[in-house]
Amino acid sequence: MVSRYSTWSAEAAQQVLDLLSEGERLILPALQALQHEFGYVPREAVGIVAKHVNVSVADTHGVLSFYHELRTSPPAPIIVSVCVAEACQANGSRELVTSIEQSIAPVGSRSADGSVDVVEVFCLGNCALGPAVLVNERLVGRVNLDSLTRAVATARDEVNA
Amino acid sequence: MTTIYVPRDSAARSVGADDVAVAIAREAAVRGADVTLIRNGSRGLLWLEPLVEVVTESGRVGYGPVTESDVAGLFDAGFLAGSDHPLSVGIVEEIAWLKDQQRVTFSRVGIVDPLSLNDYEAHGGLVGLRRALEIGGDAVVEEVLASGLRGRGGAGFPAGIKWRTVRGAQSDQKYVCCNADEGDSGTFADRMLMEGDPFTLIEGMVIAGITTGATQGFIYSRSEYPDANDTMREALEIAYLNGLLGNGVLGSEHAFDLSLRVGAGAYICGEETAMLESLEGLRGMVRPKPPIPALEGLFGMPTLVNNVMTLASVPGILVDGSAAYQALGSERSRGTQVFQLAGNIAQGGIVEIPFGITLSELVNTYGGGTRSGRPVRAVQVGGPLGAYFPADKLDVSLDYEAMLAAGGMVGHGGVVVFDESVDMSLQARFAMEFCAKESCGKCTPCRIGAVRGVETIDKIREGVDRPGNLVLLNDLCDLMTDGSLCAMGGLTPMPVQSALRHFPEDFQR
Ligand SMILES: Cc1cc2nc3c(=O)[nH]c(=O)nc-3n(C[C@H](O)[C@H](O)[C@H](O)COP(=O)(O)O)c2cc1C
Ligand code: SF4
Ligand code: FES
Repeated sequence: MVSRYSTWSAEAAQQVLDLLSEGERLILPALQALQHEFGYVPREAVGIVAKHVNVSVADTHGVLSFYHELRTSPPAPIIVSVCVAEACQANGSRELVTSIEQSIAPVGSRSADGSVDVVEVFCLGNCALGPAVLVNERLVGRVNLDSLTRAVATARDEVNA
Repeated sequence: MTTIYVPRDSAARSVGADDVAVAIAREAAVRGADVTLIRNGSRGLLWLEPLVEVVTESGRVGYGPVTESDVAGLFDAGFLAGSDHPLSVGIVEEIAWLKDQQRVTFSRVGIVDPLSLNDYEAHGGLVGLRRALEIGGDAVVEEVLASGLRGRGGAGFPAGIKWRTVRGAQSDQKYVCCNADEGDSGTFADRMLMEGDPFTLIEGMVIAGITTGATQGFIYSRSEYPDANDTMREALEIAYLNGLLGNGVLGSEHAFDLSLRVGAGAYICGEETAMLESLEGLRGMVRPKPPIPALEGLFGMPTLVNNVMTLASVPGILVDGSAAYQALGSERSRGTQVFQLAGNIAQGGIVEIPFGITLSELVNTYGGGTRSGRPVRAVQVGGPLGAYFPADKLDVSLDYEAMLAAGGMVGHGGVVVFDESVDMSLQARFAMEFCAKESCGKCTPCRIGAVRGVETIDKIREGVDRPGNLVLLNDLCDLMTDGSLCAMGGLTPMPVQSALRHFPEDFQR
């Protein structure tokens, strides 16, 4: 499968950073812009961001390691974010997680074919129609393994299109 | 020509609204029917989503939940004329569930085209802002104070006092920050308003800006809400193009710039000072208070921080006057609260109603009990830091003080229902686990205490020295309550100890 993201290079990263508005010349927006473009923020980016924003490498690293969503290695083409918060628990998310573990991958890991990352999230704002899952950016409600498999297949088609 | 509404709300889309919209357009083309399709927000009757509405002479007739495969049959049955069909729910505004509510903050959600400023104005939009420009800042503060509006983000602090403080602060630069980090499980009102009626939030923030003297605003939203963020970005662009934002708001001498910032998956960034740190691009570490953000907030400047619901309530308060708002509610909780019914519930969604309704009415009357059909066993109110109530203690009145007296909190108004299959020791464990994962790490009772909490509950669940470990767990909870810097560590004991108190048998299995 192809990647949804551009290939990392220091030069390309600099171009992304140059596009930040004045108000976004801050550590988090800079890291987010890089992740948006490349899918992840390699360690090598820390120095580049620190220099661009004019802060220390330590502070930049601190921000990178604080936020759950920032990644330091490339993601799989498809990310399945499973809600494991209370309202979804009440609708069987624990059982869903078990079946995802058996058929795709355990939470926090990648499927054997390398195409899907399964991550946990706390609430997707779809708490009356749980269990809820985000497949890349598409929200799926009342999820079971069948509907999840279909959503993953759709995402696969989109990524390959 | 017939107008058809199919929601674009992400909850509706999550159960197939896009497919339904496509199918309706296709079927209409095939049959040569003249239809206009509008993607509205959701009415909040989420168990009926996708809820399709057809405009008829007698009102908007609803059909739901509609699937793609129902569409041809709906055309056959003559739904364009509002005809009967097994999926018909009749005139939507006449559905008792909706009709019995008092929608103030949500008055336009589900009704208007979210990104049409014309539609917004046709439904009373911008009247509040025009009035604010007319009466001036002091009078606006008086109105907000008199309305009795309290912060809807969780702490319930009187909004007018905060507005007055920021207005009175002397500074060249002030900010308005909307807390749209809505991280509580069981809550989705902020999201639905941003997707279904984004101009109301923008209007509320402009009013806040011109009143407090802030010329720059930020909406701090979350990455888990991609649709809401897209809608909000589009709405901001439209607002700029139409002179609602920028220099000279609506032709006045006031300037107000507003932009959207998105978090990166950290619950603690909903705490206002952590949010400010995050807006500064830093780690979301909680700041000690004082100084309060109203005096020293974003980049050290006076900053008004309010929740989406708080800010979105202000335009309506200015339209109908503070007296009308203050007339609703109970005791010191004035106005309406946008409750969100979630979890294992038959009729989940948005119930906006004056404070003072009982939890039982919400869960049983509105909610219709559980979706599984099994008896209700526990209800968690107010998000992951809120208390669990057992089924026989649901007669508590939902207002700030009554909930406090009952050992709980209203929080952001989320109500999560569990049926009898729930294991409350597991829920208590989750509360500690969540705190351990989401703690900012600044103070020991929370950072270490939550980890010890998980370990101790595991021992109790495994049957290791139960009496000793139960005492230890309660001690730990007291320590976290008393010794934490913010409510993350300070309130995590609430779900844990309410589970211990009301469901002791689950810790003895
Ligand atoms: C752990 C924690 C999480 C919070 N999350 C939110 C949130 O997601 N949204 C929100 O508006 N307030 C949240 N709050 C409350 C804010 O700190 C603050 O009180 C609120 O944004 C003020 O706005 P209001 O007065 O309009 O409610 C949270 C507080 C804590 C301690
Ligand atoms: S209680 Fe927890 S989240 Fe709050 S400041 Fe302390 S460590 Fe941070
Ligand atoms: S708890 Fe899962 S979507 Fe809110």
